[in-house]
Amino acid sequence: MKTRRDFIKISAAGSAGIALAGGGYFSVVKGSSAAEKTKKLYDYGSSLKRTPTYCEICFWNCAGWAYTTEDGKIVKIIGNENDPHCNGRLCTRGTGGVGMWSDSDRLKTPLIRVSDGEKQTYREASWDEALTLVATKMKEIAGKYGPESVALFNHGSAGHHFGHLLKAFGSSNITAPSYAQCRGPREVGFAATFGVGLGSPEPTDIRDTRCLVLIGSHLGENMHNSQVQEMSDAIDKGATIITVDPRFSVAASKSKFWLPIKPATDIALLLAWINVIINENLYDKSYVEKYTYGFDELKNHVAAFTPEWAYGITTIKPDIIRKTAREMADAAPSVIVHPGRHVTWYGDDTQRTRAIAIINALLGAYGRRGGFYFKDSMSVPEFPSPEYPKPTWNWRDTLKGKYPLAGLAIANGLVEASIPEEGKEHLIKAWIVAGTNLPLTMPHKDTLMKAIQSLDFMVVVDTMPMEITGYADVILPECTYLERYDDLRLSPNREPYIALRMPATQPYAETKPAWWMAKQIGEKLGLSSFFAFKDIEEVLDWQLKQVGSSLEEMQRVGVKKFDRQAGPLYLADGEDYEFHTNTGKIELYATEMAANGFDPMPVYTAHPEPPDGFYRLIYGRAPMHTFSRTSNNPNLHDLQKENHVWINPKVADLWGLKTEQKVWLQNQDGVVSKFPIKVRVTERIRWDSVYMVHGFGHSDPKLSRAFGRGASDSDLITNVMVDPIMGGTGMRGNFVTFLTEEPGKEAAL
Amino acid sequence: MRYAMAIDTRKCVGCSDCVIACQTENNVPLGYCRDWITETVDGSYPNVEIELRSERCNHCDNSPCVRCCPTGASHIVEGGVVLVEHGLCIGCGACIQSCPYDARYSHPEGWVDKCTFCNHRVTKGEKPACVSVCPTKCMYFGDLDDPDSEISNALKNRKHKVLAPEAGTKPHIFYLI
Ligand code: SF4
Ligand code: SF4
Ligand code: SF4
Repeated sequence: MKTRRDFIKISAAGSAGIALAGGGYFSVVKGSSAAEKTKKLYDYGSSLKRTPTYCEICFWNCAGWAYTTEDGKIVKIIGNENDPHCNGRLCTRGTGGVGMWSDSDRLKTPLIRVSDGEKQTYREASWDEALTLVATKMKEIAGKYGPESVALFNHGSAGHHFGHLLKAFGSSNITAPSYAQCRGPREVGFAATFGVGLGSPEPTDIRDTRCLVLIGSHLGENMHNSQVQEMSDAIDKGATIITVDPRFSVAASKSKFWLPIKPATDIALLLAWINVIINENLYDKSYVEKYTYGFDELKNHVAAFTPEWAYGITTIKPDIIRKTAREMADAAPSVIVHPGRHVTWYGDDTQRTRAIAIINALLGAYGRRGGFYFKDSMSVPEFPSPEYPKPTWNWRDTLKGKYPLAGLAIANGLVEASIPEEGKEHLIKAWIVAGTNLPLTMPHKDTLMKAIQSLDFMVVVDTMPMEITGYADVILPECTYLERYDDLRLSPNREPYIALRMPATQPYAETKPAWWMAKQIGEKLGLSSFFAFKDIEEVLDWQLKQVGSSLEEMQRVGVKKFDRQAGPLYLADGEDYEFHTNTGKIELYATEMAANGFDPMPVYTAHPEPPDGFYRLIYGRAPMHTFSRTSNNPNLHDLQKENHVWINPKVADLWGLKTEQKVWLQNQDGVVSKFPIKVRVTERIRWDSVYMVHGFGHSDPKLSRAFGRGASDSDLITNVMVDPIMGGTGMRGNFVTFLTEEPGKEAAL
Repeated sequence: MRYAMAIDTRKCVGCSDCVIACQTENNVPLGYCRDWITETVDGSYPNVEIELRSERCNHCDNSPCVRCCPTGASHIVEGGVVLVEHGLCIGCGACIQSCPYDARYSHPEGWVDKCTFCNHRVTKGEKPACVSVCPTKCMYFGDLDDPDSEISNALKNRKHKVLAPEAGTKPHIFYLI
């Protein structure tokens, strides 16, 4: 099919890649003595320079030091001892961050889409030409449809710079898929209960907990750094871990109780736990009385949800449900039923996280040591800038009030608002996509492609050629986090901290930092007053001076701790406390939900089950990768090159499948994986499900390592159950079967 | 002085951070490694157990690799650390054959390489790179001759095992179980 916007493989024209480390700073000096060789190899002693940074491989943003040789090669990155996000220990991906810098497949110059009528290609462009084109198009589109019709999809640090640009331009259509495709439901579920969401890092006091309950959350494979560190501390101190997962995850292997639940039935288990906690009087009576609203309604609501009722649904035995509930209560209030991170599963996810919030409340864990602490973060004034213009509409208007409780803009909402349809008043006409590979991030490939084809203009800002870059009209190559200054890291923790990121080496080829791109475009749009600084150093120094530090100090220390302003970490005994809910209490009965016509207390609904010969597709993470973003990183690729599909031995027998055999997966809608995936036959997965790590199966051949390695679960997620409360895209209602022969071309498309 | 390492299998999550930290610290070429992770799965669903182990050269007391080295490149230094002097190594691979743990590899530049216990760090009073980076802090390193060292305490307080004890190599990587 010919489309206006053909996918273009980015040409490798231009300079060759960065030479990889080998042969450089360490290699043997030929002809020198043996002792000298050995010394050269191991001991670079004091010749390395270190510069502070904070990691960009995931949003945990651990602070560290990048070590650089005199000729500007980054050799290693080590955690900053004073940073509570990492405590001097970066995770696998952070340690491998050096591969993001050395990746020879990186984007090198700005590229502009051109067409000779037949074929569309990219040609290299100067920065001035590319940015002028972006500004001209933005103006043109704003002239026709208003500035609001330009939207931003972002992930990571680039987002703030482009967000500022967009707000100055007059649009608030700004979104990150990490919300509605990942953590959004639990933010809404917790906010409906406690009045505030969780944010990142989550204020879970795992360090001091006596009981940690993980529901599908696979800490240890999911390397959110300080959380994994604290889980290990908790294991050391003998804490009980209870893991609910159809897969025997690494966390399950560390657990006293592993509940191999039938997938899609978690709410039934949670309701049964609530039932036991109330009926056996295991809840924290004074806490519930003082701080919560709606206990009697909740008690009535769960009366019928006995462990025996849940057994038939979840396959978890009643005595195990009781035992685990008692175990939690024994530990209370030092107990955490973890809210999870990626929670967009079945479309009733806000309700599931509500049930989780309710258990934490009944056990008095919220605001208590070993439960949830009250976080704090540093507030630093924004650099002086005029007030943003007021947009006249945003995606919510286009979608006419759908997803009322979405706290943030939802990426699928913006996609929907970009598709022309009868009766849609306002439309999004242009996208800026910064640091998020939408085709591997968003479910519903068809809808995404429809939206992309309807756009007048799309800019992609990235460090790597990704599936998304092939659809851009203009590609702006960003330098990596190791080559740039960025905003200060202000994310919360037990104490407020600031962390600085500064360049460890010169930006590669023509690449530039996002702040610079945003400023240039802003100036070309006549928005100079919003960018009234020479460079980001000036902004950082000004900001730091407002809080009694300076750029010079931060360059030396990397992270700096400040005093808490948010009051104590925990509730004092009997302390009066007002929660930010309608009732000022922790809402076991959620008034906000009721007011919007949703169930005020969670209910269990049965979800479709796999048809004969099909298995539920469950996906998750590997500790060495952050989704599709790291699969081409040479160092991390070296640790894991592709994903496998985990299949229970009983199922493998039935199909005659062997470990390492290649299969294609076909889903309930007939969609076949683009590439084959290798089988892993393992007792670690239930017989009604298969599991794979997300982020593999790249289809852009310019990713020389990741291309065609493994399969992409996103391609197989065509059934999406949207959460009516906040628009989260439930992705676990997809079922796959195995094809042992390469399917015909038609089927593969 | 006798250096050794103890690794707590109850805490290790198999994240491979130790592997990549070793690679960047010691400039191990891509495609090779001095340490690696093994996962053993026992039982059948839902009664499953797994053990995750970070493995590397065991710095054996009775080391066949040192004995069989024709040039003396493989040798033992203070603290029982088994090293390879690259300048003396002719790359014959006899040591690779002799090691029951598959702990050595042929470096593309012609010598044989393996874990050094990060001797260049340890002699400066630092911990090996893998130990320093491990997010679960499941690795303990130190001097077995010092009864108060972290490692002596770890071994005192916990049940432990070594790999392939039947090989008679007297390995010095211990797994806390
Ligand atoms: S958790 Fe790992 S990837 Fe995420 S910021 Fe920290 S070191 Fe980087
Ligand atoms: S870094 Fe630690 S937790 Fe991770 S695999 Fe190595 S020993 Fe295990
Ligand atoms: S583990 Fe292998 S290489 Fe290491 S000392 Fe023992 S025999 Fe030698």
